[in-house]
Formats: sequence, C-alpha cells, structure tokens
Amino acid sequence: MPVEEPIIEARRVEKFYGERGGTRIQVVAPTDLAIRSGEIVALLGPSGSGKSTLLRILTGLAKPSSGEVLWHGQPLEGPCVNVAIVFQSFALFPWLTVLDNVQAPLQARGVPLAERMKRSLRILDAVGLDGFEGAFPKELSGGMKQRVGFARALVVEPEVLFMDEPFSALDVLTAENLRKELLELWEDRKMPTRAVFIVTHNIEEAVTLADRVIVLGKNPGRIRADFKVVVPRPREHNDSRFLHTVDYIYRVLTQPDLTPAPTPGVPAAAPAGAPAGRPPYPMLPHARPGGIAGILELLVDRGGRENLHHLADDLAFELDDLLPIVEAASMLGFIVVTEGDAEITTEGREFAEADILQRKELFRGAAQNVALIRQITRSLEAKADHSLQEEFFYDLLEEHFSDDEIKRQLETAINWGRYAELFDYNSTTERFYIPKDTPEAALPQNVAGH
Amino acid sequence: MFALSRSVIRERSWSLLVDTLVFSVIAATIYALLNVARSWFGAATPQAQISQSPAALPAYAFYSLVRIGAAYLLSLVFAIAYGYVAAYYSRLETVMIAVLDILQSIPVLSFLPGVMLAMVSLFPSRQLGVELGSIILIFTGQVWNMAFSFYSSLKAIPRELHEAAAIYRFNAWQRFIELELPFGVIGLVWNSIVSVAGGWFFLMACEMFVLGKNDFRLPGLGSYLQTAAGAGDTRAILWGLGAMITVIVLLDQLVWRPAIAWSERFKFEQVEQATEVYSPILHLFRQSRAFIWLRTRAFTPAWERLTSSLAQRQRPAAPSRAARPSKAFPIAAGLVLLLALYALIRAAVVLSGLTRPELTSTIVAAGATFLRVTLSLAIAALWTIPAGVAIGFHPKLARMAQPLAQIAASVPATALFPVVLLVLVRIGGGLGVASVLLMLLGTQWYVLFNVIAGATSIPTELREASSVFRFSARQEWTTLILPGIFPYLITGLITASGGAWNASIVAEYFHFQGKTLTTTGLGAQISSASESANFDLLLLSTIVMAVLVVCVNRLVWRRLYHLGETRFRLET
Repeated sequence: MPVEEPIIEARRVEKFYGERGGTRIQVVAPTDLAIRSGEIVALLGPSGSGKSTLLRILTGLAKPSSGEVLWHGQPLEGPCVNVAIVFQSFALFPWLTVLDNVQAPLQARGVPLAERMKRSLRILDAVGLDGFEGAFPKELSGGMKQRVGFARALVVEPEVLFMDEPFSALDVLTAENLRKELLELWEDRKMPTRAVFIVTHNIEEAVTLADRVIVLGKNPGRIRADFKVVVPRPREHNDSRFLHTVDYIYRVLTQPDLTPAPTPGVPAAAPAGAPAGRPPYPMLPHARPGGIAGILELLVDRGGRENLHHLADDLAFELDDLLPIVEAASMLGFIVVTEGDAEITTEGREFAEADILQRKELFRGAAQNVALIRQITRSLEAKADHSLQEEFFYDLLEEHFSDDEIKRQLETAINWGRYAELFDYNSTTERFYIPKDTPEAALPQNVAGH
Repeated sequence: MFALSRSVIRERSWSLLVDTLVFSVIAATIYALLNVARSWFGAATPQAQISQSPAALPAYAFYSLVRIGAAYLLSLVFAIAYGYVAAYYSRLETVMIAVLDILQSIPVLSFLPGVMLAMVSLFPSRQLGVELGSIILIFTGQVWNMAFSFYSSLKAIPRELHEAAAIYRFNAWQRFIELELPFGVIGLVWNSIVSVAGGWFFLMACEMFVLGKNDFRLPGLGSYLQTAAGAGDTRAILWGLGAMITVIVLLDQLVWRPAIAWSERFKFEQVEQATEVYSPILHLFRQSRAFIWLRTRAFTPAWERLTSSLAQRQRPAAPSRAARPSKAFPIAAGLVLLLALYALIRAAVVLSGLTRPELTSTIVAAGATFLRVTLSLAIAALWTIPAGVAIGFHPKLARMAQPLAQIAASVPATALFPVVLLVLVRIGGGLGVASVLLMLLGTQWYVLFNVIAGATSIPTELREASSVFRFSARQEWTTLILPGIFPYLITGLITASGGAWNASIVAEYFHFQGKTLTTTGLGAQISSASESANFDLLLLSTIVMAVLVVCVNRLVWRRLYHLGETRFRLET
C-alpha cells in the first residue's frame, strides 16, 4: 500500500490555558495526527479528553496554543479550507426553512440562485428529505434535523466531513438508522467527500463506523491508542472480532496508567506517551454515590465479575455514563478493573449488601482514600470553627484544572462529603463546614450560651 | 370542501380591499411627509403658535408621530451598532456596558441644553435644527435599553451556531442577516415597544420647553397637551388625551401586534410551541397582492444581487487584515481618554464655582426624590403583588384583566397628569403627593406584568402540594408565592426604579393653570436649572442623580437580582 500524503496533518498541536505564575492547565498534550484520503477516522474519548477541541483545531475554528496544522502541506489559517461540520446540537438556523438552511453555505460562496437550488435539492433528495424543503427545523424530529445538518454539510462537497458527536442527541433507534444510512452513502460513494472524521464517546459507534480509531485519554487529552479496525463490513455487533475490539478499547480506557501493548489491529502510529512534568492531580470522577451503589449491586447479581462492555450494554449506558462510576468505584476500593472486566472487592460486596446507614459508614471510610475528599476534611478539621470559604479550595485546585472543571470537582466533592457526612456546604455563604453532631450545638451560639 | 372554497373567496375579496388600503395609506403618508419636510426646511419658527382647537389635532398627532418615528429609527440603528461593537470587541465591552448603565440613568432634560444648542447652531436658519434637537431628545429617552437588549442577544448566540457560520464561510453581511439580527429580533421588538412608550411619556417635555431666554414650542401633541394644561383648559386636555390614546392604540394594532406576531418565527426554540400570537393585520398584509408582487419582483432579486456581490468580494481579502486594528486602537483609546479628562477638568472647574446653598439644596433634593421613588415603588409593590398573583393564578381573570391592564399601561402617565392634578388641586393635595402618584402611574405596570408572569410560572404541582398539606394562607405566601415570584418582582422593580427616577423631572415641576407648580426634589432642580439655563447646577444635579441611580443599582438591585437568580429560581 503506497503511503499517501495526508489531507490534514497536525504536528505537535497542543492546547493549554493561562500561564499565571508559571502554572498552566493543559487541555490537550502535544499531539500528532493525520487524516488520509478514503478513511473514516473515529476520535474516541471520555468527556474532558479534548475531543471537540482537537476537532476545532483541525478545522481551523480554533487555534492551537502551539504546534501547527497542515492542509495538503500548507499551514492552515482560519476556517477557509473546504471542510464541513455536522454538529451535536444540529446548529440549524431556526428561522430558515430546510431548503434555506442547506442553501446558505452555497450563498456564502456566491453560487448563483439556480445552481444553488439544483444542488440543494439534489442533496436533500440523497439524505431522504424530499418533501421537507419548506419545513422549519422546529417542525422536524431530531433525526430529521440531523439529516438537514448532513445535507448542509454535504452540499459544499467538503474534502473532509467533520462530525462532532452527531448522533448523541438522538434516541438509540434513530441514531442506529442514521448511522446505517451514512455508511451506505459512504460505501456507495454517493458522498462527495474524501474522508470522514467523527468525534464520539460511544465505543460501539466508533467500531461500527470507523476504518481507524484513535482513543484519547484525559487529564490532559492525549492519544492512548491509534489502530485500524480490521472487522469486515458489514459489521455485526455480535461478531467476535467486533466484540474483541470493543473490549480492547474498554481496557485502554479503564487503565489510564498502562501503555496498551497488544492491539487487535495494525498499529497505525505509535501512541504518544504521557506528558512529562508533574504527575496530574487525581481527578474526582463525576459519579454520584447512588450510581456507585447501583453498579455494585449489579455486580453482586452477576457473581462479582462482569465485562464492562456487557455492563454498558445492559444499562444502555454510554461511555460518559459508565466510566465515571467505574473510576469512582475503583478509586474507593470497591472494585478492581482488570482486562476490561470489573471485579467486586470484599469492601465492595460489604457495601452492596449493607443497609443505608452502614453504607454511609463504609463510604466514609473509603472516601478517606480519595485525595480531594481527604484534603477538604483535614483542612476543615485544622480550623477552629471547622469551616472554610469555598475560595480556599478553588485556589488549591487552580493550578490543576480549568475553572469549569474546578466547579465540577467541588460539586462532586460536596456530593460525596454530604453522603459520607464528612462535611457540608452552605451555598448562600459559599462555605464548607463540618456539621456539629448534637442538636443543641446546631442552635445559634449566643442563644445557647444564655 | 365547503369551508375551504369559502375561505378562498373571502381571502380574495379581502386582498383587493387591502391593496386599495395599502395604496391610499402610502399616498397619504407621502403627502403628509412632504408637508413635514416643507415645514422642517422652512425658516426657523421655534415658537409655533399652539392652537387649542381639536381640528388641529390630526396634524399635531402626525407631527409627533414623525418625531417619535424618526427618533425610534435613529435609536434602532444606534442600538444595533452599539450592541455589535460592545459584544464583539472584548476590550471595549466592559467600558461600553458601564457607559450604557450610566447614560440610562440620566434623565432626558439633562441632555436638553447641549443637544438644543448644538442643533440650533448647526442649522440656525432652518426649522430642521429645532426639530432635530427634539428628535435627539426623544432618542436619548428610548435608545439605551434597546442597545442593551441587542448586546445581550448577541452574547447569547450559541457557540455552535457561530461555528456553523464560520465553517460555512458566511461573510459579515450574511452572518448579520441570517444569524445575529434574527437572534436579536424578539428582544428588539419588545424593547422597542417599551422605548416608544417612553417616547410618548416624555413627549411633552421634548416638544415644549424653555431654555434660558429661549422658549421652544414645536407643533405636536405634546405641546398641545402642555399648552392646554398651562391654560387649565379642561376641554382641550381631554381632547388631547383622547387623540393621544387613539394614536397609541392604533400604533399598537397596526405596528406592534403585527411586529410581535412576525417576530415569533425568530423564536430560538427546538420544538414548536402551542401558543402563538395572532395578528389579523399581519395576516391581511401577507395576503396582499401588491405586497407579494413587491417581494417576488423587486425585493428578492435585489437581495440576491446584494448577497452574491458581497460573497464574491469577500473572498480574497481574508487573511492579511489581522494586525491592523491593534495600532489604531491605542490611538483612539488615548484620544477618548484625553477628551474624557478634559471634560472632567471642565466639569470640576464648573462645579467648584457652585455656592454652598446650592450644594446643600442638591443634597436635600436628592434625599426628597429618593424618598419619593422609594415610596412609589413600595405602593406599586403593595398593590401589584396581590393583584398580579390573583391574575396569574386564575386564567379566567387573566383573560379579562390582561387586555385592560395593557391599555391602561399604554397611556402615558404624563398625559394623564393634568387630569390628576385637576382632581388633586380640587381635593387639596399638593405636587408633593401628585409627583409620587405620577411616578406610580408611570412605573407600576412594569411591576404588575412581571408579577403576573411570575405567578403563572409557579408550577401547579407546587400549589397542589401546598393545598394537600393544608398550608395556612400565611404559610403559602411565605413558602411558595413570595419566593416563587421573587426573581420576577425584582426585575419589575429594577425597571420601575429606573423609570421613576427619570420621571421625577416631569413629576416634580409642572406648568399648570398659568402657574409653575414645583416641589423639593432632584427632578425639579434639573428642570428648573435647565429652564433658567443654570448649567452649573444642571451638571451637578445630573451627576448626583446618575451616581445615585447607579449606586442603588449596584448595591441593592444587582444583589437582589443575583439572589433571585440563584436561590429563588424555579428549576424543573
């Protein structure tokens, strides 16, 4: 196979914020990535892995903090190359009809009216929107709206079609149907594009669609694996090679510290190693105690050990639903993840079988092993009045996370702290505090004193 | 089948009627506008004789309408430009929004001397100067909230829509027409209604005023009403009031209703909603053959040519322009700063010449107006909360009360003021009481409509819960109703407070039955300073009022608003 020149090539692109006092928040670690003609590439990763950021850098919508993006070997400046994006939220103009929405990009390019109409109608026909030309987006179902999104993207005959989680706002059946139609258009060469680049957090979607899968890790975002999918098409979900690939991706994603060694396909590029520098602050996965308990109970039912892929399947969970819970449970020592399987520990079993009050007790014990929870509890205990302004913890996390992520980290911490009855938070005064145990002490102090 | 064919016939016959109507309205408008133009470009007659005959009213109404219309168009252009710059130039954003905040708190009359002197010296021999001055005065009363509305609409455009526009290479014009303007339309329409209502409110002050030795009177409804009030001519007052209400109701039916119904299509919603605003006028217009002809033959081709020429011109120039504005910016900013510094020094010099009694009287006046504004807000809250909640909770009552309230709200309180004074003078209340009443008349509606909206937004399930658990009336009010309407109440009170401060200039100082009624207050001080051309005092009282309003906003209202948005938000 001759090595073709890539259409798009990213060289050591990275994204970071701030550099206040020498610290910077790395969103995407230096990354190399190339898109070649004739392939569907899926970029797969949990939330916070910088998938969308990478997509925006590749299209020219966003600038990388350093590194460069090449289009046919030429440096990219702004979104002026021939690409199109299908958005997660559809991003249709609600005040334009279906036809006008599809025409608008052609109008922007100065295509005359008659030609515009011809091309738009042809593409609307191809995506099955015949008869809907005069409808407004709000009159359409989600699936139909996304068809308009596809039509608008294809009408400009983009060299590369970018898709940012195009099916995640749709229900399962509609998404499945649209995916199939997309593949048909691609395989029958009805799509005037040379490559497709799809960002997703749905593992099965990636394995179903893509010729090549790139798996991203998070904190900061970086490529963990990049391999060709060798499952023959049409791909069946119960094909053993399909399942094997899905399992492999689960294994990569649930073992953040390991460099994945054996790949099920042909390695396309060497995965970039973890970035140098200080080790990342252990991040709290955004899971609720109720969700953790639910997974543990399910594991007990399954005899204590279960394949993650099956768990996700049974619960109809996507990656971003399941991964945080699994991470949280393993952080608390309730499960151990090996080879894409989750296995319940003795503590986990005890927790699953306990009543509500015992559960809180067990959770309290386990949460002491979690860095942020431990840090908050100790800081509060060290203070005479057992209370601290939220800002204190904000400053603490500032050099590790972006502002939004700090907010989420603290939200999860509060949630866990409350469940464990370790500490509480007053949203009016914005203070963390350790509640007093006895009811008398909870009274205002000057009243209790007299 | 029967119903269908009947409806077709009806529409046809209607559309012919509409066409004739449209043509005659256009012809009449052109004739009237020519008349207006003749008077504007004629010799300056700053003191028109204001006739008190009802026969003069149609012409006067038209003159006023043209003034308000011109001021409104000016406001619209300015608001869009200002909002655009503020939203997209992040370096200017904070400054521009702060400026907007301050300008909003400056009453119309404070702009009067500057605007009038500038305009009259620009066109010394033409009526145009005086007319433009009046138009700009009206403009200063209606532009700020529109600018703010467009700015916040632009800031609220979802990121993905911006990205879609960028990736599909919309040029600036296409982005404006297909993304930014549609996104701002609903906010602009609603704020236009409020703004134009504000224009009617201050019309009397903007059409007839004294500036030092000069007495300005422009032919119009406002000056008609003010002359009638000055002479104590009850019959003329009632005629003028009737004419004004007629114009306002017509405007509502012919312009604002259709505008609201039309703007519905720009609602940014993903799913269709059941309730829709219907305007028969808009419906008729859409059926009009003349209108359809204009659209398909003239408008669409012209539009097509415009966008395609822009699209072609746009393409090559894209990359090279990145570095240029960074050089011009510091120079411009420096110039603005220098000008501001100069103005500041001049102001300081002017203010240092003020006498001690003037300073103390300003403080006393500020306190008096502050009390009046607070009192009017308290009274407004006191009656609108129970009334608004009752209306909001009972759909039947709402159907009856809402249109009535809307009509009542659309009558400018200043036009009612002479009537109110007539009554009050008879029963022996002074201007001190009357001015609170005028502020109340002008601003209570903001509170009422917001409380109604708040009450309707309280979920029925919460009300059912409170009745299932047998809450006492008191408990229901404190745990459900008051917290539920809190954010809305605050929004209403903020608007009302701003309106009340601005209204003080007409409320505390009034020419009536040949005398000048006045009471202690900042508004009265501004009015009399402007009338006697005492610019030092005018500057001082304006600054004091702006500072007071901005401080109260920052220290009280913004905090309450934040509290309402965080703790008392009903989330589902």
